[in-house]
Amino acid sequence: MADVRLPGTLTPLFPGLPRRVEVEAATVLAAIDSLETRWPGLRDRLVGEGPSLRSHIHAYVDGERAGLDTPVADRSRLDVIAAISGG
Amino acid sequence: MPKTMLTVATRKGAFILESDDRRDWKVRGPYCEGWPVYHAIYDPTTGEIYAAAASEWHGSAVWRSADLGETWEMSSEGLTYGDEDGRKISKVSTLARAGDRLLVGVEAPGIFESRDNGKTWSLLSTLSGQHGSESWDDPANQPPGHLGISGFVTDHGDSDSFFAIVQGIGAFETEDGGSSWTPRNKGLRRDWPADYEDVGFCVHKLVRSSDPQRMYQQNHVGMHRSDDAGQSWTEITEGLPGDFGFAAAVHPHDTETFYVIPVDGGHGRTMHEGKATVWRTRDAGSSWQPMRSGLPQENAHLGVLRQAMTIDTHDTPGVYFGTSTGQLFASADEGETWTELAGYLPGISSVDVAVLD
Repeated sequence: MADVRLPGTLTPLFPGLPRRVEVEAATVLAAIDSLETRWPGLRDRLVGEGPSLRSHIHAYVDGERAGLDTPVADRSRLDVIAAISGG
Repeated sequence: MPKTMLTVATRKGAFILESDDRRDWKVRGPYCEGWPVYHAIYDPTTGEIYAAAASEWHGSAVWRSADLGETWEMSSEGLTYGDEDGRKISKVSTLARAGDRLLVGVEAPGIFESRDNGKTWSLLSTLSGQHGSESWDDPANQPPGHLGISGFVTDHGDSDSFFAIVQGIGAFETEDGGSSWTPRNKGLRRDWPADYEDVGFCVHKLVRSSDPQRMYQQNHVGMHRSDDAGQSWTEITEGLPGDFGFAAAVHPHDTETFYVIPVDGGHGRTMHEGKATVWRTRDAGSSWQPMRSGLPQENAHLGVLRQAMTIDTHDTPGVYFGTSTGQLFASADEGETWTELAGYLPGISSVDVAVLD
């Protein structure tokens, strides 16, 4: 199971969504799709047309910058960060 | 007196203001988790509030509240051009009710509709095939913040007939629910070359009076009036301090009375001479009067965006406008005198008013 860490801006949008959740997935996109089945609409908050990660959403797998098709291992840590914008 | 409710969209969420007498106002908010909200409306058909919002992190969505803002849900299901199209939705700009359709205008230019009051959406039209659409349909011509559907004029009871504004292109009318469109820009001024005779105009705001034949618009170059339901336009700028502005509102009971807020057309886009002023005509644009009583008259370099002025439907209508720096002003006497309802809101994108029985 991958250890997924989500941005604090996401959790208020989906009742019951924790900041930290475990999923079974082979890629970053598969991990997000897994979350989508439990919290419908979540994918659209992280993934835009293409599909591609939204421009100010960054993903890291085990500390390395990742894209949607980056592999996720069984014990990987996947950090999803809301970056850069604000003010 | 029935309750008057303002729905205010800001760069940091939506706010609600309520009053039983239009003197004392209670402010609630921010709502929508502080997302940038570009247009928020109360929909008398459903009694719901809808807010078009676009987070820099989490994309575009329409928020809705069935209890006058106490609780909110959001959805963007179907609000996409798809993975293969090439166009992206960078912003949801504007909302309107048209019969059983809830419409949202987006950037890149397109109109999506919801038939279930904002829960799911589908693409209604990109006005494809209209003169100029070869440019606005090209994903390469999609700089953020430009070229979207920036406004609608609808009839709440009519699903099929409405106007849409394509930013920098002009106004279009459909009478068949978006299947076909007709440009409605005849007689408008433009001070630049254009590839086509019927498009290439910069319509900022379009409003329709209680007589559907009588319409007004604030254009990039001039205020205009139509006496034939938008089929032709006559410029009525003379007497105003400038020809540029965004906001406009028409009196609900008097088709001759119309309000605008001219602003400097350069980079500043603030009110002329630092004096906050709403200009009113009582004779359909033949003459204009500045309405300043109660508004700041020194160093008031205020901008007002296209959806940020509105007027209520009381017998003596109240006029309201919000500024891009967060001040909200109101007049309960048709613009004669003004008070500041809020001075420190986030930058205001839109102001909508409803009279609730």
